[in-house]
Amino acid sequence: MIRRRADFSLSPAKTLWLLLAQALVIAPHAPRLPMWITLTSIAIAVWRYLASRWQWRAPGRVTRILLLALALAGVLASYGTVFGRDAGVALLVLALSLKLLELTQLRDVMLYLFLGYFLITTSFLYSQSMALAGYMLVVVLILTSALMVVSHPAREARIRPRLRQSASLLLQALPVALLLFLLFPRVSGPLWNLPKDAHHGITGLSDSMSPGSISQLSRSDAVAFRVDFDGEPPANAELYWRGPVLSHYNGETWSAAPPRRLRRSEFHVQPPGVHYTVTLEPHNRLWLFALDVPGSIPNDSYLTQDYQLLARQRVEQRLRYSVTSYLKHTEGARLSHYERRVALQLPAGENPLTRALAQRLRASSGNDAGLVAAVLRMFRQQPFVYTLNPPLLPTHNGADAFLFNTRRGFCEHYASAFVLIMRDAGIPARVVTGYQGGQYNPIGGYLIVRQSDAHAWTEIWLRGRGWVRVDPTAAVAPSRVEVGIEAALPNEAPGGLVFSHNSLLRHVALMWDSLNNGWNQWVLGYDNNRQTRLWSQLGLGNASWQWLASALALTVSGALIVLFGYLTLRQRGANRDRVRDAYQRFCRKLERRGLARAAQEGPLDYVRRVTRARPELAGRARRITQLYIALRYGPTPNAAQLHKLRGLIRRFRVRRVRR
Amino acid sequence: MHPLTQAIVKQACKIIVGKEQQIRQSLACLLARGHLLIEDIPGMGKTTLAHLLARLLGLQFNRIQFTSDLLPSDIIGAAIYDRAGATFSFHPGPIFTQLLLADEINRTTPKTQSALLEAMEEHQVTTEGETRTLPEPFFVIATQNPAYHAGTFPLPESQLDRFLMRIQLGYPDRWAERVLLQGKDRRLLIDELEPCAEPAELVALQLEVEKVHASDALLDYLQSLVEHTRRNPRYNTGLSPRASLALLHSARAWAFMEGRHQIVPEDLQAVLPAVVTHRLRHDTTAADDGATIAAELLEEVPIP
Repeated sequence: MIRRRADFSLSPAKTLWLLLAQALVIAPHAPRLPMWITLTSIAIAVWRYLASRWQWRAPGRVTRILLLALALAGVLASYGTVFGRDAGVALLVLALSLKLLELTQLRDVMLYLFLGYFLITTSFLYSQSMALAGYMLVVVLILTSALMVVSHPAREARIRPRLRQSASLLLQALPVALLLFLLFPRVSGPLWNLPKDAHHGITGLSDSMSPGSISQLSRSDAVAFRVDFDGEPPANAELYWRGPVLSHYNGETWSAAPPRRLRRSEFHVQPPGVHYTVTLEPHNRLWLFALDVPGSIPNDSYLTQDYQLLARQRVEQRLRYSVTSYLKHTEGARLSHYERRVALQLPAGENPLTRALAQRLRASSGNDAGLVAAVLRMFRQQPFVYTLNPPLLPTHNGADAFLFNTRRGFCEHYASAFVLIMRDAGIPARVVTGYQGGQYNPIGGYLIVRQSDAHAWTEIWLRGRGWVRVDPTAAVAPSRVEVGIEAALPNEAPGGLVFSHNSLLRHVALMWDSLNNGWNQWVLGYDNNRQTRLWSQLGLGNASWQWLASALALTVSGALIVLFGYLTLRQRGANRDRVRDAYQRFCRKLERRGLARAAQEGPLDYVRRVTRARPELAGRARRITQLYIALRYGPTPNAAQLHKLRGLIRRFRVRRVRR
Repeated sequence: MHPLTQAIVKQACKIIVGKEQQIRQSLACLLARGHLLIEDIPGMGKTTLAHLLARLLGLQFNRIQFTSDLLPSDIIGAAIYDRAGATFSFHPGPIFTQLLLADEINRTTPKTQSALLEAMEEHQVTTEGETRTLPEPFFVIATQNPAYHAGTFPLPESQLDRFLMRIQLGYPDRWAERVLLQGKDRRLLIDELEPCAEPAELVALQLEVEKVHASDALLDYLQSLVEHTRRNPRYNTGLSPRASLALLHSARAWAFMEGRHQIVPEDLQAVLPAVVTHRLRHDTTAADDGATIAAELLEEVPIP
């Protein structure tokens, strides 16, 4: 049996500092982790503290391997895999905690803390918000201090000087980080492929709509996108951010027709156009939102036959694009046979009452426009109610139930019923979903569009005019369109500080959003395009990124060499200290095997004692000691001798004794 | 080990058995041009040690037995009227020698003590307006009885400081005493010894000792030790700069005897008890034992 002496032990104070760092590292992940992982981490941390306090023995190798296997099995059971973002992070959290069980050397503690640095970085896989970045900076500060605290020979942990030191280290690193941020060549797209599960659980519009789907979305005040207008933004009632166009109805759910690329545009506009830039939050879909139909489309996107603006790739990262829209336009003056068929499709035998109503209205009103006016009049005059909490509708004949029975609904109910009436009356019609309105942030001068602004409206095709937007919700609740959902539904709309009636709170919330927007624009939005622009401004416009990378690497290494040279010159006087450092390494190697040098023990006494205890080391230990004495106490130390001493000490090995 | 000093120590150990450390310390003291104070009860071999060193180094030897009625002129010498030439002529006292054994120095009056100590310091004496230098090398071994013995004038601290080292011989162990009892008379043995060195050689060695290197690291250690005695409230007074110099010179001599060209901390540690204990006094009289004071000091100050 190998008996090891207590080579290395962390004092309780240092352990506490280590555990604090760990808690801070795990905290942002904790809400996402299964409960058992968080509890395991806490349990091991508590054990670690008590163990350092009462000098408990660490668990043996077999126990540790068993625990590791259990952790793997647990992750596999919770996630079904050990790969991917979520399972990977869970595994890392467990590994970090389990490492606490085997902190037997300083090296283990180092590894533990470095794992902490890595784990805190993985938070960026979930969010890149400014608040998180600030938090992570604090965690890095604490981790660095912990690194210093555990490396410090003093038994007690003196926190404040370590914090100051690591803060100064981070401050020194800041210019380098900034330089690398600005100049390090960016490849378009993420540097590595994110795991497949990285974009799950994002709220947003979907490519289908059934009763309740948009009212569900409206409860979230998450930001969908932000818009920066060149000039004054149009009136709220004109802000229809067009998204998925839904043409197919199966009796309950509206869904989009498969996208067909627009070949022949019948699109006429009247100036003036509205120019604006959208910063779209990732929604993991293809749609790009724009006002009505855009007159110019951004790069890497295209229009479909039903005038949806689609990106070529799913929007997995925050995306900025500029669009010009014309609020007065006509489109689709001629309707193809296929388009007409799609826009008149109805499930057979559904909603007989609605069909009868449509035919009655068709007969009583002269033309198509008259029919539209009649239906809207019906919504306006009869007791229809606009609400976020409508009663459930039956799966069959839902429109009949809504129009003749419940008469309470959200925008999707009105849009759906309206399109059905139009189709029953023979007018091509479709549902358009997207966002309506938005909140203007006067501090940043931009428009915030939230999920709560999600909306559904309709488009009908009128001979001679093409596709015309009709919003039946505007007939029921005009304030929804003119002001916004919080005005139309003061008691039901999502709360949140931005809608607060307290002007100070509202101001603070808008300020915070403005800050976040700046962060998104200038930090997260700093992509290779902007970088190229910066290089052009620096007069490096034509350089390839490879050339720039090499130039940057050369400049940085050159600067480092100069710095190194300067420090070496300054260090020359401290040559003897390097002798001492080398000797201390020699002492540490022996100390690990229980032969610690006493503070007042001279080198000769020490080597005599070492030789007595371990005769096989005599030759090498004596040589090292002689060289050390010559270098440290002799009259003419020289670099060659120092080099030799360090080499000897590096190769000096003390084997464990079997007893 | 330096071959010559090793030979001297080896010879000396044959006569005074089991006291190698003290022999080495006294030789180091001599090499560092310091004077030695041996404090012990009578009959421990103080005089024998002095005799022995004089013999081995081939030094001219004189001995003064200090008594309470001894006068300064009994040491230094006096001008005596020469009737034939009708002039005063100076008759040098026993101090004009190379190795002087001042036996039981604390039995005499302070006046006489100070006359000797001044001569020790300056290596010269002044009488009747005339300055006479003492021979080279000049080395005093003084012995004194412990202060609690009756009829003693304890040396004041300022005068103790003049001695580079103070050593105690202590009782011999059982084996050493048996050797002493079985052997011949020590005096006779000493007379049989052949000198190992000439006085001129000794002077050369003293010059060599001064060349032993003291590095910054070593001086750091020395100063740490000295500063510790000045800062720690346990000590009545700290060590003086003269004590620092004494430490350095003694450590040099010790390193030289060990055959080294530089001082290492061990050299300092080896001479420290002999050099500092008569200059330091504990606040508490209880722990006034010299060995304890030195051990504590060495224990508390880490080697930088």
